[in-house]
Amino acid sequence: MVWISIPLLLLLVWTVIYPNIAVVAGSFGHGLEYWHAFASSPSDREALWTSLWISVASVVASVAIGLPLAFLLTRMEFRGRRVLQAAATMPAALPPLVGVIAFLFLYGESGVITRVVQILLRRDTPPWTLSGAWAIVFVHAYTMYVYVYLFVSAGLERYDSALDEAASGLGAGTFRRLYRVTLPMLTPALAGACLLVFMSSLGSFSAPYVFGGGLRVLATQIVTSRLNGAMGVAYVETTVLAVSAVAALALLRWFEGRRRYVATGKGRALRVPLRSPLARAVTLPTALIAVVVLVLPHLMIVLVSFARDGAWTTQVLPPEYTWDNFRRLVTDTSLLPPIRNSIIMTVLATVADVVVCSVAAYLLVFRRFYGRRLLGVLVALPWAIPPTAIAIGLASTFNRTDISAARVLLVGTFWILPLAYFIRGVPLVASAIEGSLRQLDPSLEEAALGLGAGWWQTLRHVIYPAARPGLVAGATLAAITAVGEFVASEVLYTHANRPISVEILAQVRAFAFGTAAAYSVVLIGIVLLITLLARAAEDGRRGVMALRS
Amino acid sequence: MSGAGSLALTDLTRRFGGPNGPAAVDHVTVTVAEGELLALVGASGSGKTTTLRIAAGYEPADEGRVELDGKDITRLPPQRRDFGMVFQHYALFPHLSVEDNVAFGLEARGVGRTERIARARGALAGVGLEGAGGRGIQSLSGGEQQRVAVARALVIEPRVLLLDEPLSNLDPTLRQAMRDELRAILRRQRVTALFVTHDQEDAFAIADRVALMDKGRVLQIGTPEMLYDAPATQTVAKFVGRSTLVPAVPDGDHAVITVGGVPIRVRAVCSSGSPGLGALAVLRPEGLGLTPPDGSGAWPGVVQSRRFVGAVYAYRVAVADGRVLEVLAADKRAEEGDNVGVRILRQPVALVCG
Repeated sequence: MVWISIPLLLLLVWTVIYPNIAVVAGSFGHGLEYWHAFASSPSDREALWTSLWISVASVVASVAIGLPLAFLLTRMEFRGRRVLQAAATMPAALPPLVGVIAFLFLYGESGVITRVVQILLRRDTPPWTLSGAWAIVFVHAYTMYVYVYLFVSAGLERYDSALDEAASGLGAGTFRRLYRVTLPMLTPALAGACLLVFMSSLGSFSAPYVFGGGLRVLATQIVTSRLNGAMGVAYVETTVLAVSAVAALALLRWFEGRRRYVATGKGRALRVPLRSPLARAVTLPTALIAVVVLVLPHLMIVLVSFARDGAWTTQVLPPEYTWDNFRRLVTDTSLLPPIRNSIIMTVLATVADVVVCSVAAYLLVFRRFYGRRLLGVLVALPWAIPPTAIAIGLASTFNRTDISAARVLLVGTFWILPLAYFIRGVPLVASAIEGSLRQLDPSLEEAALGLGAGWWQTLRHVIYPAARPGLVAGATLAAITAVGEFVASEVLYTHANRPISVEILAQVRAFAFGTAAAYSVVLIGIVLLITLLARAAEDGRRGVMALRS
Repeated sequence: MSGAGSLALTDLTRRFGGPNGPAAVDHVTVTVAEGELLALVGASGSGKTTTLRIAAGYEPADEGRVELDGKDITRLPPQRRDFGMVFQHYALFPHLSVEDNVAFGLEARGVGRTERIARARGALAGVGLEGAGGRGIQSLSGGEQQRVAVARALVIEPRVLLLDEPLSNLDPTLRQAMRDELRAILRRQRVTALFVTHDQEDAFAIADRVALMDKGRVLQIGTPEMLYDAPATQTVAKFVGRSTLVPAVPDGDHAVITVGGVPIRVRAVCSSGSPGLGALAVLRPEGLGLTPPDGSGAWPGVVQSRRFVGAVYAYRVAVADGRVLEVLAADKRAEEGDNVGVRILRQPVALVCG
């Protein structure tokens, strides 16, 4: 079985490492000339600096929202908690570009909320322009606080409440307990969430692309350089972006190594009802406002999807509504292909992810072989590399056929996007299956073989059932990421394989807001369908298990 | 404020699931005198831990009072009670060193760093962990963690020390050793302690007095000897030590105990209730002896099994009415399947009356 690691390693080296090496090598194509150009270019320095500080600001803003929200929802009981809890993760259900478009409709210069405030304040001009660095941080905070909220909530769910009791029994008040015990214990969860926000912000493309105004960040600067034909500088920018992300990951790993705690207790804190009358009076309306803010982007997308294209100009809300947008998506031969492309490319990438990652995860968990550490790095690496960098890597590697250099022409063909989606899905699927398999006692496989079961029987009846929850979860995540993917798609698409996300932006640029929103609704619908299918697969399995027992 | 205090729990009641829900703690009254070690013993679900948590202030009481030196502290939050607590899983802060764990309570009391480190080191020395201050919690063995937890609770010089199943996480050998050590430490510190355990042996080894709880109520409070020799109820008799309960008819300071149709008259004393309403004799294995099968004043039976339990042999003898009596004997006088007689060696026999 171990022999299979050789083609697997070759495949992953070819698709994951090779393009990145090509980018780094390309950056040194003329010695240090491109690097000099990068270092001496004020716009590149500005892009690097802006990328970094926007990422830090996004982390701060996400923590400022996600951390208190996690405490409130896991530790407190109050009216409206369930609704707020259900709404708290809603931003994560919006594909990246759709979230940005929704913000444009709501808070953009001619957005609904902007116009309402303008009317209320009786101003001639909009009260704000959703443009520049703070607009990007605002959009990031809305979509990315969910990471902090989920990580910290999970940390609090596992948190041994006896530690808090011990601290208060020893005389510590609420504040001391929080900063000396609770927060230090949550540091690993918090650090993981911060890293995720930092990396997502660093690689974020759609928010700076739509709301950046004249602002330069590395992710968009790379695309600009490429469009201007300055490939050498684009390679340098890509390298700098990827190295920044990998450095952040390395920093977190180092930090985690220093602070790894194992909670020994079993106690879980129960939710405490809010007692203070003031707090109770304030929480319900605040929770309701928060729910409205969280749900508004989704509602806005649905509303605009019924708006007639071109009719919404200076009014607060779109003046005319129609089913036409959805009808045209199905009937118009130029509008249907993006939906078909997205579905086909998502299925292809996800199936490839499942096949490759199942084998990789099995080998990583159960087998010892030369190259195991390399395999571990290969399946994790795409997570650390921003999607723009992945796209530039693919664009510069698979741009011609040269068998001696292991290059195949894929740019300009249908296959380049499924390949990009596959690479982005690898860390998600591999880590999920690996997580499930690690819970399986290795002696079970030996027991099955010892009882006379063949290799296939063991795989089918012992390994597969154990891997299945991770497989379903990983495949779901990979499919959702692929179907809404925008960054790599925008760099690599051709007219023939353009996916939904690229088409949404094209429609927005053509001021066909209704059509763009209808596409967005379809995209959200596909994401929901994937989630429902995953849930049905898991429920079906539980049903079978229940019948068997 | 320092020095051991006296703790009084009066009529404590705690219901879960609303005012009409089942009472986890049902009108519990217990007092712990200054410097006394009192154990709350009971099976899981008996309400002992909830009682302890109410005493500590982690759980509110629906009814009743918690008093320290006669002062009502029922509504005082845990951080203002000046109690020390040792948790079942120790609840040591894994991100702090051993020394910082022990010094945590002093830090919360505003003690300066130099002094609190010195006192923490002193407390660690007091539990036999000199020089362990710089170590991480994860590097400690179970027994060491337990001692750090005790040191952390004692260094703040608590008025009352509360311990929740302090020995339950230790392996049996270590547990035996820690019993003696824990009692020695608590005695040395002259601390008032209330501790919870499901293990009667732990309670008897450490406590001055034991309160036995069942279904949220205290069934009996007394010295270990009192609970063993004069159980107030059937439940106490069954929980404390090994015993067989058989019907008996009290007759003044005697009783007639009939097993398998054979009546034997022995000296007996009612430990509770009224002798007029019938009684159960508590037959302890060490109070019974084996005789030849035709011996007079003995119940005939057949040896079902014999087990070597260290210094003695434990025999299980099936008697005529289907009961099985457990008998301890110093020698291998009978084999499995042998006919024997069982007689009462130790008198008076304890009766649970009424």
